[in-house]
Amino acid sequence: MPLSVDQLEKKIREGAKGIPLSFSVGRNGLEVHADRDYLVELCKFLCDDPELQFDYLRCLSAVDWFEEGQMEVVYHLYSMKQGHGLVVKVRIGREDPRLPSVSNIWATANWHEREAYDLFGIVFEGHPDLRRILLPQDWVGHPLRKDYSYDPVEFDEEYASKVRRGEIA
Amino acid sequence: MGPQHPSTHGVLRVILTVDGEWVVSAEPEIGYLHRGFEKLAEMRAYEQTIFLSDRWDYLSSMSNNLAMSLAIEALLEIQVPERAQWIRMLVAELQRIASHLVFIAAYGLDMGAMTPFFYCFREREKVVWLFEMLCGARLTYHYVRIGGVAADLPEGFIEALEAIIPQLKSGFDEIDELLLYNPIFIERTRGIGIIDPQLAVNYGLSGPMIRASGIPYDVRRCHPYLFYDAVEWDVVVHDACDCWARVWVRSQEMRQSLRIVEQVVERLKGIPSGNVSAKIPRPIRPKKGDCYVAIESSRGELGVYIVSDGSQKPYRVKIRGPSFVNLSIAQRVLPGAKIADLVAILGSFDLVMGEVDR
Amino acid sequence: MHELSLSSLCQRFLSWTKLPTEVLVGVIVAVFIFLFMTFVVLALVYLFRKFVGFVQVRLGPRYVGPRGLLQTVCDALKLLAKEDIIPENADKGVFISAPLIVFLPAYLVYIVIPFGQPPHFQPKDLNLGILYVLAITSITVIGIVSAGWASGSKWATIGGMRSAAQLISYEVPMSLAVIVPVLVAGSLSMKEIAQAQGDRFWHWNFFNINYFGLTFPAFIIYMICALAETNQIPFDLPEAESELVAGYNVEYSGMRFAFFFLAEFSNLFVVCAIATTLFLGGWHAPLPSLPSEGVWSVLWFMLKTWTLTFVALWIRATYPRVRIDQLMEFAWKRLFPLALADVAVVSFISATL
Repeated sequence: MPLSVDQLEKKIREGAKGIPLSFSVGRNGLEVHADRDYLVELCKFLCDDPELQFDYLRCLSAVDWFEEGQMEVVYHLYSMKQGHGLVVKVRIGREDPRLPSVSNIWATANWHEREAYDLFGIVFEGHPDLRRILLPQDWVGHPLRKDYSYDPVEFDEEYASKVRRGEIA
Repeated sequence: MGPQHPSTHGVLRVILTVDGEWVVSAEPEIGYLHRGFEKLAEMRAYEQTIFLSDRWDYLSSMSNNLAMSLAIEALLEIQVPERAQWIRMLVAELQRIASHLVFIAAYGLDMGAMTPFFYCFREREKVVWLFEMLCGARLTYHYVRIGGVAADLPEGFIEALEAIIPQLKSGFDEIDELLLYNPIFIERTRGIGIIDPQLAVNYGLSGPMIRASGIPYDVRRCHPYLFYDAVEWDVVVHDACDCWARVWVRSQEMRQSLRIVEQVVERLKGIPSGNVSAKIPRPIRPKKGDCYVAIESSRGELGVYIVSDGSQKPYRVKIRGPSFVNLSIAQRVLPGAKIADLVAILGSFDLVMGEVDR
Repeated sequence: MHELSLSSLCQRFLSWTKLPTEVLVGVIVAVFIFLFMTFVVLALVYLFRKFVGFVQVRLGPRYVGPRGLLQTVCDALKLLAKEDIIPENADKGVFISAPLIVFLPAYLVYIVIPFGQPPHFQPKDLNLGILYVLAITSITVIGIVSAGWASGSKWATIGGMRSAAQLISYEVPMSLAVIVPVLVAGSLSMKEIAQAQGDRFWHWNFFNINYFGLTFPAFIIYMICALAETNQIPFDLPEAESELVAGYNVEYSGMRFAFFFLAEFSNLFVVCAIATTLFLGGWHAPLPSLPSEGVWSVLWFMLKTWTLTFVALWIRATYPRVRIDQLMEFAWKRLFPLALADVAVVSFISATL
């Protein structure tokens, strides 16, 4: 049975005793703000608890809060059996962002985390195969960071204008 | 295998370790079509991101536009006029039909059947011609916009649509008979590429991939948007978990889409033509916040997560491409299959690399 | 006039070259067969493209020549004009000779086929006719495997291996199916087999009343094996376009590729021609009242052969491809026992009746 937002909050507070959490309500329902160190414990609880059963990770997104010096990872969860949804947000520091991996709870996180690593540089500890997925393996830098400099490295204006003028074939 | 190969649909590279005919390990390598949409979106105003969305899943352009528009409208908290919502449903379902026809055509071609390709494209041509009448484009429509749709249905559109509906119905039956129930095709796809339901949920599959494994997850039912809960239609589910089931599910989905289209047409006749776009405060500047909106595109759950910081440009746009997630199960399903089955299994994923790589 | 007659010209030419008549006749026949083969392939490719186009709701070639008739000619010219690429990894000698090995059997088989009433329309009637045919067509396997291996590409090699497995597997039921008309006629010669069927269609081997129609399975088995032997869909896995990108002939371009192409379509025509001879009465008319001599014999033969070819093309346009292990299973577990049973039954009937 899908639980309402209040019921969810109550259930998670009860079940996740000892884990410091804060709650808010956003456009996608209940949002749980967790701490990095308790993330895996929380996620295991959310997945395994018979009343919650959040067995489906819909989306794992990373956000770069440049001004605040933090990065955020947002997990959108859904329960196939019960029909309720949840959002989990975790904040980590921007310098050396590290986060435990949830890929052995939800296998879909494997590729999502690889993408977050590729584009943001967040290192997911415990990930079986953390390497770049969208960009070539020898790419330097993490493009979706706000301070990524996108000086055109490959495009040589001088060379291009020479070609245009016909000086080089 | 790849990135240029006739049967990996798009630029996909699969690194295979093969022992004779058997695949020992398979690793998909993607990123050949990475165009950096998420970064591009951060540098553009909200209205400009809609035309970017056309090109994620280039076979379901209307669905992409719809996902992006719904996400931005959720951030703005505006109401879209009723007629626009019905029109959006209409084009979304027609787009699903067109996209599934391409899938069946390409899949038949992979299997060696050349003829269903042409029959499918003959049917698709009718739908694409309607879209051209609607918005002037055949592939990247940019029709569904923030606040509604770009323009109302032109004169004669409903009549043309009603004329082709019976043709599409008989066309679907013909294609089914030619390909789906062909004994050789059944031999090639039955029992191949079995994806266990538990595995499917764990790997985050969506769309026909998960519904062919017996899980009735359809975003239109589970997280309703537009008027899908006001129309009668069935979620198509099959228990077999193999490639044939996936093809069957898509074929049946086309029929359900046609059913929805018929009902939407009836409703549209009842609503007088008029306002198809809501009044949006220009320039678009949503309040600070974030929102994740998902729709059921032809390939599965297409989700858009937008984070807004109160300015005219989105702070972060994350696109959850269904093909990206569906492809991740390839490394589990492909080992243990034969090379000839490789094509059958990869084909049944219905991948569009635009969505995988963004 | 007499001095300029063909025979006197030939006499003069012969005496000038000091070659025996047989050699000259042989050379002329060889050239004629080659031209005939080329013409047949041209026509067949054009018909194939037009027919498949019509099945697929489109028109096929239209612009080159009136109604696209010259399309194949232009395609052949295009292939001839292409650059000759030999991959670096390729074994040069084998790479160059493989197309020839594939082409020769397709060409040599024409010698024993009775295109009309012998002796005028059959280049040479060997008394081991059908055995010669089976033996010669087996050589194609060597060519295909060498082509695949010599290309130096993994995909081509896989295609070659698959093809070898397929061809060898399907030769067995085919040979068994061929034994049935041989038993009926009591001879291996193509001429004798066709003549034993006579000009009553109910005596033709595809459904022979004398044998209670039990030769029919042999006909079906032969046709299926013929499709497999010529790498036609549904058995075209070795050259599967979407899987192996043309398989064993992926590295070939230009003239060499033209050889493979020529051999493939020529083979299709040849196996249908053989099927006509063995099972459909060869050059005979269906009823005794209809003429079977001279030009009529050629017409009947061509009519039957082209009908079978048409059916083969129809199957090609409709069906998907069979997987390699399903293909092998089909050959060994279903066709082979059926063919064996048919041979047993027919030989029993022919021995007791």
